[in-house]
Amino acid sequence: MMSQDDVHRLAYLEEAKELLADLEASLLELERTPGDTDLLHKIFRAMHTIKGSGAMFGFDDIATFTHDVETVFDKVRNGLLGVSRELLDLSFHACDHIRALLEPDNAGDAGLTAAGRTLLEGFRRYAGEEAAPAAAASAVSQEASPGVARIYRLRIRPQGDILVTGNNPLHLLEDVCSLGECRMFAHVEAVGPLDDLDPEACLVWWDCVLRSPASRQELADVFLFVEDECDLTIDLLDDGCAMDGEGIHKLLGQILVERGDITPADLENALSAQKRLGDILADQGLVQPSQVASALAEQTAVRDLGQKQAERQEKTSSIRVAADKLDFLVDLVGELVIVQAQIRQAVDERGDPHLRGLAEHLERLSESLRDSTLSIRMLPIGATFAKFRRLVRDLSTELGKDIELVTSGEETELDKTVIERLSDPLVHLLRNSIDHGIESPAQRQAVGKPAAGRISLAAAHVGGEVCITVGDDGGGLDPAAIRAKAEQRGLISPGAELTLKELYHLIFQPGFSTAKAVTSVSGRGVGMDVVKRAIDALRGSVEIDSERGKGTSITVRLPLTLAIIDGLQVQAGGEYYVVPLGHVEECVELARDEDGQRRRIVNLRGEVAPVLSLREAFGLGGQPPAIEPIVVARVDGERIGIAVDRVVGEHQTVIKTLGRLYRDVDAFSGATIRGDGSMALIIDVAALVRREALFEAGRT
Amino acid sequence: MAEAVSSNDNQYLTFTLERELFALDIASVREVLELVNITRVPRTPDAIRGVINLRGRAVPVVDLKQKFGMGSTARTVNTCIIIVEVDIEGEPTVLGALADSVQEVYEMESSQIEPPPRMGTPIRADYIRGMGKSGEQFIIILDINKVFSSMELAGLAQALGEAGAEAGED
Repeated sequence: MMSQDDVHRLAYLEEAKELLADLEASLLELERTPGDTDLLHKIFRAMHTIKGSGAMFGFDDIATFTHDVETVFDKVRNGLLGVSRELLDLSFHACDHIRALLEPDNAGDAGLTAAGRTLLEGFRRYAGEEAAPAAAASAVSQEASPGVARIYRLRIRPQGDILVTGNNPLHLLEDVCSLGECRMFAHVEAVGPLDDLDPEACLVWWDCVLRSPASRQELADVFLFVEDECDLTIDLLDDGCAMDGEGIHKLLGQILVERGDITPADLENALSAQKRLGDILADQGLVQPSQVASALAEQTAVRDLGQKQAERQEKTSSIRVAADKLDFLVDLVGELVIVQAQIRQAVDERGDPHLRGLAEHLERLSESLRDSTLSIRMLPIGATFAKFRRLVRDLSTELGKDIELVTSGEETELDKTVIERLSDPLVHLLRNSIDHGIESPAQRQAVGKPAAGRISLAAAHVGGEVCITVGDDGGGLDPAAIRAKAEQRGLISPGAELTLKELYHLIFQPGFSTAKAVTSVSGRGVGMDVVKRAIDALRGSVEIDSERGKGTSITVRLPLTLAIIDGLQVQAGGEYYVVPLGHVEECVELARDEDGQRRRIVNLRGEVAPVLSLREAFGLGGQPPAIEPIVVARVDGERIGIAVDRVVGEHQTVIKTLGRLYRDVDAFSGATIRGDGSMALIIDVAALVRREALFEAGRT
Repeated sequence: MAEAVSSNDNQYLTFTLERELFALDIASVREVLELVNITRVPRTPDAIRGVINLRGRAVPVVDLKQKFGMGSTARTVNTCIIIVEVDIEGEPTVLGALADSVQEVYEMESSQIEPPPRMGTPIRADYIRGMGKSGEQFIIILDINKVFSSMELAGLAQALGEAGAEAGED
């Protein structure tokens, strides 16, 4: 049994890892747009949280380390330090270091502590060297990009003769107001009777609470020209880093003490009396009633402004749920969908209209429950892409190459499990592109290409599938070298006629992974069999396109989810099968030829499509009906007919894996449970068609 | 349940295939089902009869008789599916095994179990963990992990390849 503490620590570890990932993504982003203050705030916040909760859960080494890094970034954030390659390198190492510190095995590791010290040295040196605000850095701070809103307290006390010099404090106040949301409190106690009034003297002064993304310097700049005629104090009440609105609603007495209006001792004394604090303080003559009123106004203002911030955070809030709970939920919904299908079948048999109505209602409910449950598991692939930026940056630096990673389709959503299992194969593909695909800058320039290589990583929804493409503008595959290697290894017979695609596919053969000759010439093949296997396990497929000298692109196609699909149930030879509805275009009927032979092509409104018979493909035997229903499916952009005995109907289909014993059976993506409790196999249409095409090719 | 498991070290579930008496270590047996509809998976070896729905899971069913070359199991009132959990390459896998009839849970001390004879048994010796005795009748105690590991996919893939080749020819 885990203690409560352990649970919290685990939660912290999870959170910290995510924060680190965010941090890295922000740093990479910062490398591209060094002037983005928004990002600097984000980075600072992430570090702040890692530090704060680290200290809370006993990760003292992390807290100490992060504290020093945070200090440096605070300077950067406030425009005192510039953003440079050196800082970024240090920061990336810092991320790695924190990650290492998170590993329980590394606790108290002397080498790690030393590494941390060296890193901090680097940070300190950096902070020291650039202590004078760099020109670029001050530009950063002045850029009015929307950063984190902080709450300031300003006390603006113009001197009496400020009006004489032609300045109007009201304009200053307007300028302050324009910087953000502002609450003012005017102190008018000095204004005497009208008869005594000197219209050229400024008697009013202001307390002001401002919520603004502006930096302290920007606030001070408003008063730049009246520095000598106006007493100004600016205090930061909330730096926007507090995760929840807590800790910013201060007690009245606290505010007064902070502002220096009373001493803590005064407050103590006052609190011992029974009246309301404001009245007491005023009665005792320690503060003017107006000062109390101003402080009260500040209290309200800060609370309001702070709450607004909290509300905004709530809108984008999310809940962290353990993955296994979610898996369990998906399983349950799967069971529900099966029962629902069973009820529907039973109701159809009875024909009771009342029951039918209820069953339809249940169907609608379970359908939306299914969709929303599955959508919980869907995540945009962008987070994974962001992780790869770091990989490309590190690896290309290491290899002395200049490579730009261009990503698109980050918002493409995929099942969480698919994303997790996709990460490794994608890393392999990217590594290949960086290591072998893209030539060295010198080689590139020699063939007239720009010195900097380019790797594109794109995701997109195509029909019921997701396509992920890793492309590079490197040297491309060398068919001759692959052929030579394959012949040498006995994978193909010498002189065998292969299409380019078939030839390229040879690099997925396990034997090719160790083939040094090929990797140095064609540049592909390291661990590609691993990629293929991982993608196969996800019921996906891999395609290679390559042009010598121009580059290579590898496309991975994957199903959207691993759990539940819409399926069309069909019957052939007494068995039931399910065709994923995503593939189905229409159903037509086809009569046999006069001589009783099955037709092998069908004419679909002028377009010719091949027809394969499920009976034949599955070796079911028996006599097909005289008029065969044809399910028209679209596979890889082509239409193909599948002849069956009967089309049963549309059902939600929960995919159950066939298990290990059937691992190599590629024509089925799984099985599902029919209404009567028996099982029906789910046809992997693409694989079936591929296999049939292969046999056709073998026949001719 | 936990107690029961610890106390049945020497218990075996006996069942028949044709006239022969076989036994499985009870620890690997999950339950015994009546014969239900088995959904055949096309183009797979005959010894794997197909899949059944075991409370929402697709569980493959193996015809032990076919596997052992004793002909195919026919459906009778006594035909059962023994659900076992076996270890295939370190992965626990749930499978069904067809049996002509299930007999009883039988207790045998390990001293009563003899090593398999070199020859004379109806099935391959390496599938046999040992020989027990019930009265005058021998009991073949199966090494269930070995039996099912050998259904492993090299064999299955090959069978598929052959099926494919045949289909290609016709």
